[in-house]
Parts: sequence; C-alpha cells; structure tokens
Amino acid sequence: MNYSDSERILLSSQREGQVSKFRFWVMLLVPLAAILFQVYVPLFFQFLGFLEMPLLVVVYFALMRRSQIHGLMVGALVGLAQDSLSKNPLGMYGIVNTLVGYFAASVGVRFDVDNLFLRLFLAFFFFVFHQFFYWVMARALLGQQLMFEIQRELIIGLLNAVVGIFLFHFLDRLRESV
Amino acid sequence: METFLNRYRNVTVLLLVIFAQLVLLAVQVKNDQDVRMIRVWTVSAVTPAARLAEWLRGGSIGFLRDYVLLHDTHAENVRLQTEVNRLKLDNDFLKNELNTADRAKALALFQARTPSKTLAADVIGTGAGTNSRVVFVDRGSAAGVERGMAVVTPDGIVGKVIEAYPTASEVLLITDPDFAAGVISQKTMVRGTLKGQGTPMCKVDYIPPEEKLQVGDWFYTSGDDRVFPRGLPVGIVKVVRPGQPFQEIYVEPSGIQRGLEDVLIVIEGVHQVIPREPLANQPVYIAPGPPSDDEQTVAATPTAGTAADKLRAQYKAIGDAQNHKFGEGGVGEKPANFNLKPPPPGTAAPGTANQGLGTRDQGLGKPVPATQAPSPKPQSPVPSPQPPVPRTKPPAPGQPPAPVTDDVAQRPHSE
Repeated sequence: MNYSDSERILLSSQREGQVSKFRFWVMLLVPLAAILFQVYVPLFFQFLGFLEMPLLVVVYFALMRRSQIHGLMVGALVGLAQDSLSKNPLGMYGIVNTLVGYFAASVGVRFDVDNLFLRLFLAFFFFVFHQFFYWVMARALLGQQLMFEIQRELIIGLLNAVVGIFLFHFLDRLRESV
Repeated sequence: METFLNRYRNVTVLLLVIFAQLVLLAVQVKNDQDVRMIRVWTVSAVTPAARLAEWLRGGSIGFLRDYVLLHDTHAENVRLQTEVNRLKLDNDFLKNELNTADRAKALALFQARTPSKTLAADVIGTGAGTNSRVVFVDRGSAAGVERGMAVVTPDGIVGKVIEAYPTASEVLLITDPDFAAGVISQKTMVRGTLKGQGTPMCKVDYIPPEEKLQVGDWFYTSGDDRVFPRGLPVGIVKVVRPGQPFQEIYVEPSGIQRGLEDVLIVIEGVHQVIPREPLANQPVYIAPGPPSDDEQTVAATPTAGTAADKLRAQYKAIGDAQNHKFGEGGVGEKPANFNLKPPPPGTAAPGTANQGLGTRDQGLGKPVPATQAPSPKPQSPVPSPQPPVPRTKPPAPGQPPAPVTDDVAQRPHSE
C-alpha cells in the first residue's frame, strides 16, 4: 500500500494497515547488529554514545509487525541481550523494551507507521518513555539514585528520532512485500 | 475461559513476559541487607497474606472462645477465685514466716550478745481473765525456769515469771497492775518504780518533782528489783505531769509493742551499763565491749548495800585480817587494831566476800535469800561494780546475808 499521496496517519480500520514481514535472518541479524553497534561503536566514536540503536530496532519491528506479542517478544529478547552485555541485572532493559515493543505494536495497529512525522514522533516518544521507565525501575528495584535530566533526555531523544528516521528508511528496504 | 484468553491474549503475554523478567531480576538483585530481592518480594507478598489469615483465624477462634463457647466460664471463674484465695493464704503464711524468721534472727542476735544467760521461749497462750495480763510460755521448770525470772525481748522487758510449771511458765506482763520493776532514767539517771496499770501504758512512780524528765526520755531497768538486770530498755516516756509528792509519769513499754511471740527468759542476769544513746533505731541490744583487768578487779569486789553495811564489812575485813573473832575474847584482852587500813579485796578472809542483804522478789512479795559471791566475769565496763543478779543457792545457814551489790546506797534517789 502506498500512502504517500495521503496525509492520513490514523487508520480507519485494522485491515487498512499492512503487516510487514521480514526474513528470519533480518529478524536475527538486525537486532544483533544494533546491539553490537551499541557495544562497540561508542568505544571508538564516543560522540555516538547517545544512540540507542537496540531501542530503535525494537520500535521499528514492533511498528511494522503490528503484532503486540511479536513486539513484546522482540523487545524482551533485545532487552535481555542488552542486559547480558551490561552491568545491569538481567531484566532491566528487558522489561523496558518489552513494554516499548508492546506499546509500539499497539500504536502500529492504529496509526500509519509509514508516515515520516509519525515515525519521528514515535521514535522520540518511545526513547523518552524508555529512559524514564528505566529511571523509575532503577530507583524502585535497584535503589540506584540516578539523575533524570529531562532537558538532556529530550534533546537526545530528538537526536535518536532523527537517526531513527534514517534507520527506519534503511530497514524498510529489508522487509518483504506481500 | 478460552475466549477470555483469546481476547486478552496480548495483555496476558505481556504480563507473563514482564513477570518472568521481574523474577529474573529479583533472583539477581540483592537489597542493602544482602538479601536477594526474590526472597524479599516473596516474603513481602506472602507475609501479609499469612498475617491476614492468622488474623482471621485468631479472630474467629477468639470470637468463638469469647462469645460463643462460654459454657465453662463460670467453672473457670470459680476455679480461679479458689486459686486466688489459696494464693492469698499462702502469701499471708509466707509473710508470717518471714516475720517470724526476722524476729527469731533478732532474738538470736540479742541472745548471743547479751551477757545475761537467757532461754528462748515461745508464747503459747494468754491468761484466761480479761483483766489479767499474763501469758504462758513453752519453757518450764524442766528447762530451768524459776519463779521470779525476768522475761525480755530485744526491744525491752516483757514481764517476769510468776509460776513455773514443768513444761510451761506463767509470765506476768509489764502492763499488769501487779507488776512492778525498778527503773532508771537514761538522761537524768533518776530512779523510780515502774508499775503496770492494766492499760498499754505503765506508770513510773516515786519520781520527785524536781527531777526534770521529758517526753521521749527512755527508762531502763535499774537492777534494784533483783529481777531484771540493770540496763535493759523499759520504755519511752509519753506523759509527764507535775504532782505532789511525786510526778505523774507514764511510759510506753517497748518490749511488747511488736506483739509477743518469742521471748527470752533471763536465767542468769548480768548487769549492764545504761546506754548513752536513745534506743531509736536500735531494736537489738548490743552488749558493751569487754572490761579491762582493773575493772574486773573492782567489779569483783563486793560492796555494802548501805553505809552501815559497808562499815560493817570494812571492820569485819580488818578483824579477819588480824584473826579477830567478833564476840569473843575476855576483858583486858587486846582488841584488834581497827585503825589499820582494810586489806585489799583479794586478800579478804574466806566468807567475808559473800555477805549481802536479803532482798524481796517484788513481784511475788516473797523473801529471796541473797546470792553468793558475784560472778568472776563481770560484763560491764562501768566503774561501779555490777555483780550478777542473784539466781543461785542461798547462803549456808548461820552465815550473814550478803550486802546488796549495787550502788543504790550511794545515790540519793535509791528506794
């Protein structure tokens, strides 16, 4: 379906939205590549440390698959993988990404996720949601006294949203058309 | 159910996945006390439920027990009341036992410290008459008790034995109208005669008006009556009224103020000094220290009861020293030289030291023969000689009675 000639972002029915499908290796390698990027790239390019590539990948797959279960499963797996490579206990990123995947899929059911501005907004919103929920869990479950600088988070969220537009555009090329 | 799960499948899966990760998180994370969060959460989740269950169980059982199952409450109350009554009796009994033990301890202490030889006895009965102030004690003539013996407690004198039966003795109390005893004031050393009145107060008679006595002064036994050894507390002055020819003085006896259960019968009395300090806070008598050798020598010296007796004893001693026999010798025979100094007391001829005057047991009104030689072990450090109270055999027939061994004759207030 081509919605480029339409300015609607809200779908009239669930049937109106198209479920994007991806190959298995895409579903496996893209999140893995995002995690590796998160792990290794900031070692060499510290200015890229603000990027939350796994989160953007989860948001993309959840939005495109339009399946809440699929979205939360992708989020859980990516989050647990992130936790495995971080100093955090297993489950911190997992829970947050699970919720992001679930809500992103829920949004994808109702909205035209191919819309550029919607993608920008959703990427920005879920980044802030991700950061805020992680901050809440760190304080509540781990007792860590983390700072949540809303201004900084908003700016970084905006940067991630911009990067996410390009990432989503790249990933659109990897999906299978039905 | 299947429809329900299908409808809310996504949310259910979300919750399951979140829950699984929370469990995973809780397994790894430890709190400040190094306890894993899974344990904390589990305990925190289970204990309120357990508390609620226990509250419900306890409340239900309590409700049933307190409001429904009351069929045995009356019996339980009766049983508890009986138990309380029994415990009260036990408590009273133990208090009495403790009181008795304290009294017995004080009695034993007094008995050990007093120089007089005493015999402990229990009061086993009182006199039948309402006006007779007598009691019976469980020691009689079989135990060595004789008529006229003094009965005391650590607090003071109680009375005297008026009848000694084989297994018991009858004691005339200090409050009986027939009771009398020689007493001496602690402060002014004035002597008088204590008489029972049939009331809790006793009267001290024969105190001249010029003697200054005050309420609160103590009276002690003077030893003049030959019943009570000198120095035992008698009582405290409660009333002092001027009168003619003698003052009207009433004394509260100290020996019977705490009741009468255990007493001491003075088998062989030894005079003591009058304490200088009042008896307040001094329920148990403490004997004075041992006398020096000089005082022992002086104390062993017999003295005459009156001036005539002293003069007679002095001349007899001088005569005995010169082997002079009174009433013998013819005309022209050289008499003994009575201008010589009398020999020292230790060199007196045998028999001369045992002289004394006969006395009367004031309580019984019967004459009692005087004693033999005084005790060689006087207990009092007082300068004046204080021989033991006579409680021994009378002198041999024909021998003159011994002089009164007290300094009564030297005092203007002597009876």
